[in-house]
Amino acid sequence: MADALIARFTKRFSGATIRGELQQSARGHGVTVLFGPSGCGKTTVLRCLAGLETPEEGTIQFGDETWFDATRGVQLTPQQRGVGFVFQDYALFPHLTVAGNVGYALRGGSADERRRRVRELLERFELTTHAQKHPRELSGGQQQRVALARALAARPKLLLLDEPLSALDAAMREQVRGELRQSLAACDVPVLLVTHDREEALVLGDSLVVMSEGAVRQSGPVLEIFNRPADAEVARIVRVENVVRGRVLAVRDGLATVEVGAAQLTAVAPPQVAGDVLVSIRGEDVILQREAGGVSSVRNALIARVVSVRAGSPLYSVELDAGFPLRAFITRPACEDLKLAPGATVTALVKAPAVHLIALNH
Amino acid sequence: MDWSAIWLSLRLSACTTLVLLVLGLPLAFWLAHTRWRGKFLVEALVALPIVLPPTVLGFYVLMAIGPLSPLGQFYESLFGQRLPFTFQGLLVASVLYSLPFAVQPFASGFSAVDRRLLEASWSLGVSRPATFFRVALPLAWPGVLTGMVLSFAHTVGEFGVVLMIGGNIPGHTRTVSISIYDEVQALDYAAANQTSLALLVFSFAVLAVTYGLQRKIIHVWPTR
Repeated sequence: MADALIARFTKRFSGATIRGELQQSARGHGVTVLFGPSGCGKTTVLRCLAGLETPEEGTIQFGDETWFDATRGVQLTPQQRGVGFVFQDYALFPHLTVAGNVGYALRGGSADERRRRVRELLERFELTTHAQKHPRELSGGQQQRVALARALAARPKLLLLDEPLSALDAAMREQVRGELRQSLAACDVPVLLVTHDREEALVLGDSLVVMSEGAVRQSGPVLEIFNRPADAEVARIVRVENVVRGRVLAVRDGLATVEVGAAQLTAVAPPQVAGDVLVSIRGEDVILQREAGGVSSVRNALIARVVSVRAGSPLYSVELDAGFPLRAFITRPACEDLKLAPGATVTALVKAPAVHLIALNH
Repeated sequence: MDWSAIWLSLRLSACTTLVLLVLGLPLAFWLAHTRWRGKFLVEALVALPIVLPPTVLGFYVLMAIGPLSPLGQFYESLFGQRLPFTFQGLLVASVLYSLPFAVQPFASGFSAVDRRLLEASWSLGVSRPATFFRVALPLAWPGVLTGMVLSFAHTVGEFGVVLMIGGNIPGHTRTVSISIYDEVQALDYAAANQTSLALLVFSFAVLAVTYGLQRKIIHVWPTR
C-alpha cells in the first residue's frame, strides 16, 4: 500500500537531541508501539509527526505526501496532515458535551450527515447514553473513548496516541487496555502509540520501536524484540524475558492451566483471565535439573531439550525446546555441573507464581 | 446633573471597550501563547499606562495626533478634520490609556487555557482563527469579561488624559469626571455631590454584577 510512513529527522532542545527514525507500512493497518523509558523523546517524535513541533533536520514522508523536509523547507501544518492525535490526558474540550467533542472536527456535508456520523461514533464507542454530558462528568476510561472517537471522526490517515493509559488509575488500566486493544484493531488506520509500560507494549503492539536517550535502538515485531533484543541496551530497556502466546484452558482455585505450544503450564491466574494470553517467564526463574525426581513444590516440570548454550557474564543463556522456546539463565558452575550441551535432555522447573500471564482480552 | 456629560462618558467607554476587544484580544492571545523571548518588551509597553502619569501619556498622544505629526496630517487628509479636541481623539487616547486594563485580564484568561486544547483542535484540522473562536475565547471568557468591565469602568473614571486631549467642550469632550471638577470649581457642591454619587453607585453596581456573574461562569466551566 502507498500510505506508509517514513520518517527520519532530528529535533534539538536546549539540552537534548532527539532522533526520530520510523518506518511503518500500512500493511494490515497494524499498531506500532514506540517504547522506551520516560524522557527518552518518544512524545517529541510523536509531536513532530503531528506537526506540533518542527524538527531541525530530516524528512517525514507519508505515502506520496511530504509532510516535512528540512532541506526543501517543507513543513505542513497539523491541519494539513490529517493526523488523529490522542493526548496523554485526552485534552477534551471542557466547554463542549461529549457529542460536541466528537463532532468538533466535522465539517462539510449536511447537518444531518454530521449528526449521523456523531451518532455512529458514539454507538461504536458505547457513549450514546453520555452524549449530553461534559467531559468532567466521565470516568477516565470514558474520556479516553471520547478522545479516540473525536480523533477518528475526521477520518485521519494516521492515528497517534501519547501514553493513552497513563492518566488512568491502576485498577482501571487493565480493563481499558483490553478495550483499547479492540478499538485499535477495529479502526482501519495505521496506529502509532507511545508508552513506557512493557505490558501495554506487549498487549497493544504489533510491532515495536525501542527508543532510549533520544534515539531509536531497535524496531521489529513485538515478541521478537522482547525475546531477542539486538543489544545490551535494548535488553536493559525491554528486560529480556520469555514471552510466548498461550491459551488459558481452565482456571481453578486461582490457578490457571495454560496451553503453550505443546506444553501445559500452571500459573497463578490474574483476575478474570480467559482465552488468549501472553505468557511471560523470566530466564532467571527457570531452574534446570538433570533428572525429574521426587515430589516438590514446583508445579511446572517440563522435559526439555537443550538447543544451544551461550556463554555470558555472569550468566549463561541456555536455549531450550520445552514444547515452546524457553530460555534459562544459569551460572557457569551450574552449567558445568549439569554438563549442558546441545541435544541433552533436562527438566526445566518453573514455579507457578513465576509464570506471568498478560490478558489479551478483558 | 449634567446628563450630556454622563451620556458622553458612557458612549466613550462603550466605544473604547469595543476597540479594545478588537485590538486587545489578538494581542493578549499572542502574549499568552507566544514562545518569543522578546515578549517581555511588549508586556512592559502594554503596562506603561499603569505607571505613567495621565498627563505624560496625554502629552505624547497630543503630539502624536496633532496637526504637525505625520499621523495627524494623515488623519486630516483622510477625514478632513483634526483629532485633538474631538471625540475621536479622545477615543484614541482612551484606548491607549485603558490598554493594560483590557489586555492583562484577557491574557491571563487565555493563559488559563491549556495549550494542548489548541493543539488538539489544530490536529483535528480546525484552522488557527477558528480554534481561537471555538476553543480559546469560550474558555477564556471570565478573563475577557473582566477585561471588558475594567476598561469600561476605567474609561468612565479617566480625567487627566481627557483634559489633555479633549479639552472641555460640552457635549463633545466634557466627560463626567471633568463636569464634576467644573462643578466643584464653581462651588456648586450639591451638583458635584449628585454626579459623584451617581458615578459611585454605577461603578459599584457594574463591578458587583460582573464579579457575581464571573463566579458563576467559573463554576460552570472549570479550567481544569
